Amino acid sequence: MTRPPQRTGGRVGVFGPLSHLALVVWAILVIFPIIWTFLGSFKTNTEIFGEHPLGLPATFHWDAWGRAWAKAHIGQYLVNTVIVVAVSTFFTMLLSSMAAYVLARYRFPGSKAIYLLFVSGLSFPVFLALVPLFLTVKNLGLLGTHTGVVIVYVAYSLPFSVFFLTAFFKTLPTSVAEAAMMDGASHTRTFFQVMLPMAKPGLISITIFNILGQWNQYLLPIVLLPGNAEEKWLITQGIANISTNAGYEADWAGLFAALCMAIIPMLIVYIVFQRQIQSGLTAGALK
Amino acid sequence: MRHGKLSSASPMALRRYGFILAFLAAPLVLYVVFVIAPYVQAFQIALTNWKGISPDFDYVGFENFGKMFADDVFWQAVRHHGLLLLVMPLATIAIALFFSFLLNVGGGQANGRRTGVRGSAFYKIVFFFPQVLAVAIVGVLFQAILRPDKTGVVNSVLGAVGIDPVGWLINPDLALWTIMGVMVWQAVGFYVVLFSAGMSSIPPEVFEAAALDGAGRFTLFFKITLPLLWDTLQVGWVYLGIAAFDGFALVQVLSVDRGGPDNATTVLPLEIWRQAFTFSKYGYASAMGVALFFLTLTFAVLTLRVTRRERIEF
Repeated sequence: MTRPPQRTGGRVGVFGPLSHLALVVWAILVIFPIIWTFLGSFKTNTEIFGEHPLGLPATFHWDAWGRAWAKAHIGQYLVNTVIVVAVSTFFTMLLSSMAAYVLARYRFPGSKAIYLLFVSGLSFPVFLALVPLFLTVKNLGLLGTHTGVVIVYVAYSLPFSVFFLTAFFKTLPTSVAEAAMMDGASHTRTFFQVMLPMAKPGLISITIFNILGQWNQYLLPIVLLPGNAEEKWLITQGIANISTNAGYEADWAGLFAALCMAIIPMLIVYIVFQRQIQSGLTAGALK
Repeated sequence: MRHGKLSSASPMALRRYGFILAFLAAPLVLYVVFVIAPYVQAFQIALTNWKGISPDFDYVGFENFGKMFADDVFWQAVRHHGLLLLVMPLATIAIALFFSFLLNVGGGQANGRRTGVRGSAFYKIVFFFPQVLAVAIVGVLFQAILRPDKTGVVNSVLGAVGIDPVGWLINPDLALWTIMGVMVWQAVGFYVVLFSAGMSSIPPEVFEAAALDGAGRFTLFFKITLPLLWDTLQVGWVYLGIAAFDGFALVQVLSVDRGGPDNATTVLPLEIWRQAFTFSKYGYASAMGVALFFLTLTFAVLTLRVTRRERIEF
């Protein structure tokens, strides 16, 4: 029995309009602070602190953006962050897919134990490790270097990535890899040329997950890139520093411009990849 | 014949083990040195009086723990986690459930299928957005929005309807609630998407059958959606509970004087960070780390025990 296309509400009453109103209100709560910050970056301090903090700027001055980029080093911090996150995401994906593949597809003594060792990392709060981690990085002479940050990012991204990708490799059919081995491909070649392309959807989800997670890190940068390594700082700590240390002669428009420089790239990436990002971030919870 | 088999099998097995070793060595070494070893060392350092200046330290047994239990700030932080644990997950889950129900089921039927209200796709995109922002960035953003005088956005909106400026972050009775509000603001979108995924896996016939029996939205929500979504809810609860034991970035960036006013918003991660990197009290900081670990563990174990229920198969 086919029905004609029709919409029939449940109980409409007051519940319908009210619930719609709630959605609209929440959407405004989410969007408005961001728009206000964006407009604030064009305002003068008197416009920001004046009678109408919600008003539009009289003219659109771009100089706050210039100040934030050059004087507050936001440009430098952005470049640093892009480099660190690109390198560490690359190595996270390479190392975690290698480990996950071996753990998912090869039985050998200790394989289960190694898998559990990786997964156990998911259940510890990073704050427990903070002091010894800091000392390890310091003793290796990597404190205040991007190399140190990259290594730590990769290490702390491994548990979840290995966990997720192991489950993913287990779902892939074995026949293709077996055929490749029959044709004389080595284990390594089979992995890079056959298995990795097949695992693309899982790899994409986890790559997005890691890029976002590492881009948004705040704790590890402030511990591993202390105050005397200011030219090495990453975007989150740079912006937090402007806001906490600038004090009362703060250049608010400059701060807002800096915030926009951190927010807008994420906004663009999110809008372009929103489907993958939503599934990438929630995939872990549903596994 | 036996000999032949061995000589052909053995290089293959050797290659296989070589491959396994080559692929596991780098990730495993990195993980053990930078993740596992620090976790183990933390328990050891917690038993020392190490101040970090000199390389020598003494084992002082449980002295750090004794000091910690006598420390008011520690108990303040623990109470804050308790409040966070009570309020933040409940508020987030309630709001997110309400929205995800509206966005997936609340729109009535079209072609015999339950759909979300109009504009569902748009709302799902917008609500999720705070999730991709760094917590530190969100902290700085809300510092401007919640300024205590008339120039803060929230206060100027309140001013327009004749309410005096509220000291969102400078009033010690209010500051933690304000910070919880910001946490909820950022988290809701993630759980809307998570619960939506859970709801879309409920077969539409279930809703259809209930609707045919005359179930309204309330019945659909409480009698059908909620029980069938139990697993996803449990996952959400564990995630939010773990988040309630963190709060570092937001409190450190957003609150007055990092955890103030007067420690009114401090949390254990912040105290650990402060003791270690401001006062170089590595031993004491690690003891707090151990306490945090056991608190988190207790929460996780209790949750899994209490919320365990028979799974509804569909």
